[in-house]
Amino acid sequence: MSVTESTDTSDEAVVDPTERVRRRGADSAVLRMSEAEAAQVGNDPHLHADDQRVLLNMGPSHPSTHGVLRLMLEMEGETVLRSKPVIGYLHTGMEKQGEQLSYMQGSTNVTRMDYASPLFTELAFSLATEKLLEIEIPERATWIRMLMCELNRLGSHFLFMATNGMDLGAVGMMIYGWREREEVIRFLEKVTGLRMNHNYIRPGGVAADLPDGWEYDIARLLEMIPPRLEEYDTLMTGQPIWRGRLQGVGAMSAEEAIALSATGPVLRSAGVPSDLRRDEPYLAYDQVEFDVIVGTYGDCYDRYAIRLNEIRESVRIIGQILEAMPSGDYRVQDKKVTPPPRARIDESMEALIHHFKIFTEGYKVPAGEVYAAVESPRGELGVYMVSDGSSHPYRMHVRAPSFVNLQTMPHLMRDGLIADGVAIISSVDPVMGEVDR
Amino acid sequence: MNAEPDGSTETEDDPTPPAPLRYGAPLTDSRGQAVVHPSRDTWLEVAEAALNDGFDHLTDVTAVDFLEYPGRRDLPDGVEPQRFEVVALLSNIATRERIRMRVQVPVDDPTVPTLFDLWPGSETPEREVFDMFGISFVDHPDLCRILMPDDWVGHPLRKDYAVGRIPVQFKDQGASL
Repeated sequence: MSVTESTDTSDEAVVDPTERVRRRGADSAVLRMSEAEAAQVGNDPHLHADDQRVLLNMGPSHPSTHGVLRLMLEMEGETVLRSKPVIGYLHTGMEKQGEQLSYMQGSTNVTRMDYASPLFTELAFSLATEKLLEIEIPERATWIRMLMCELNRLGSHFLFMATNGMDLGAVGMMIYGWREREEVIRFLEKVTGLRMNHNYIRPGGVAADLPDGWEYDIARLLEMIPPRLEEYDTLMTGQPIWRGRLQGVGAMSAEEAIALSATGPVLRSAGVPSDLRRDEPYLAYDQVEFDVIVGTYGDCYDRYAIRLNEIRESVRIIGQILEAMPSGDYRVQDKKVTPPPRARIDESMEALIHHFKIFTEGYKVPAGEVYAAVESPRGELGVYMVSDGSSHPYRMHVRAPSFVNLQTMPHLMRDGLIADGVAIISSVDPVMGEVDR
Repeated sequence: MNAEPDGSTETEDDPTPPAPLRYGAPLTDSRGQAVVHPSRDTWLEVAEAALNDGFDHLTDVTAVDFLEYPGRRDLPDGVEPQRFEVVALLSNIATRERIRMRVQVPVDDPTVPTLFDLWPGSETPEREVFDMFGISFVDHPDLCRILMPDDWVGHPLRKDYAVGRIPVQFKDQGASL
């Protein structure tokens, strides 16, 4: 696309002296103006007295803002000069709430953050708690977690395919994306009992073993998905309109992506092969084979192609998990962490007391602080947890990838068209539940 | 991790060996994760040394309010515990090494120099810390509330901010952008 070329010349003519330009080495990351500076510029009648700048408010309830994201845009004609995401509309104080809930209840809370891929927040929370407890979970629990997370990644990426298509006018794609996501969610519901907000991965293992016949369901999914991806290729990947709409839009260099703390597909699209599953293998990711998909230009098309191919890689991983699923326990047999089985409560007084204690007081976690991170469909999802030795986290902070990736957006949208802005919001794929927490 | 205790100047008189230094700040280990403890004066120096050492990715900035937990023991000798602690998580994209910086911030002067000049990605996380804890980042380009409404009173993640204390606040119609 020629968006950047065509606006470059006009930008040369109106170089704003107060624009904040930060230089790091050879490459510069141009960031937006501060609000104070913007007010100064906006109130000065002599500066830009003859231009056609308009401040435009987009959202918070705009169909393409993926929930309640609001953007303040400074426009000249159809060109976006500056933009600022305004967030907080979905803020419900989940980190504060996390301090009131015990470690056992915590996963119920964190699962509501990223509602498109809830299992990853549960996983990061559980890994952080287990690091503090210094317990090892059984092999089967590890592999079940991995299976469920990869399925959830499929669901989340299918949701991206649907919304990305819808935002760009490929309305048929929306139906296809939802159709595939439905298949995945049906399996998640069969295992966890819920379509979203599963509360399935808990400190110490998972909530329940896989149901009978799960291998059949997974095999059917693995058979169903690859041909559907071929359909996506026909519908979108090769289409000249689709490519014209995405290629060269919202491009970013690797240095800029790193400087802006981007992670996940946003960082990988710029050509940085960063994937925690490979770089810092958690669970059993060092025992499965998969490729880290990396882009070249850091544009919207790369971000789309990365997610499409990550679906293929997840299918590959799930195939290997299906082969290698070990038998054994699905949660750790540490009586301090795991409540006794239901059947024991009827026979044993001690089991009843134990059950009661664990569910009223919770279990105590040794004092300390720890950070655990996983690769969610949106990037590095980390939990920083401080324990004071009681049964509630003293501080539970979630490093939400959507929240941090959102700050790349003003940089990506700069000097682009507003219609491309919609493509950029979609390609960063923020989930507002996680942004606002 | 592969921390190098570079030239600690302490003498061997006291029975407990002094904490090793990294970038001139005490280095501790928290369940296998490296943590450096700069003071507020050396915060930027240590951060710059870490950046020059290859920690090019500022993963996150957050804070903890230790009002109800004053007796923590994970601080090295010479680091005076204060009510607030600002935590910055750094990672090296190439080697995947991670390090954590923790700085003590007193409640009567809750300010820390911003990391924005080193990592522009610190912009929104620092705003979140400001919003939630009331810790100001000096020279931050746009320090304003991010999650709470602009006219909100108080900082919700402080420990003396009780749950459910304040009814839901709505902004006036026509409030400024």
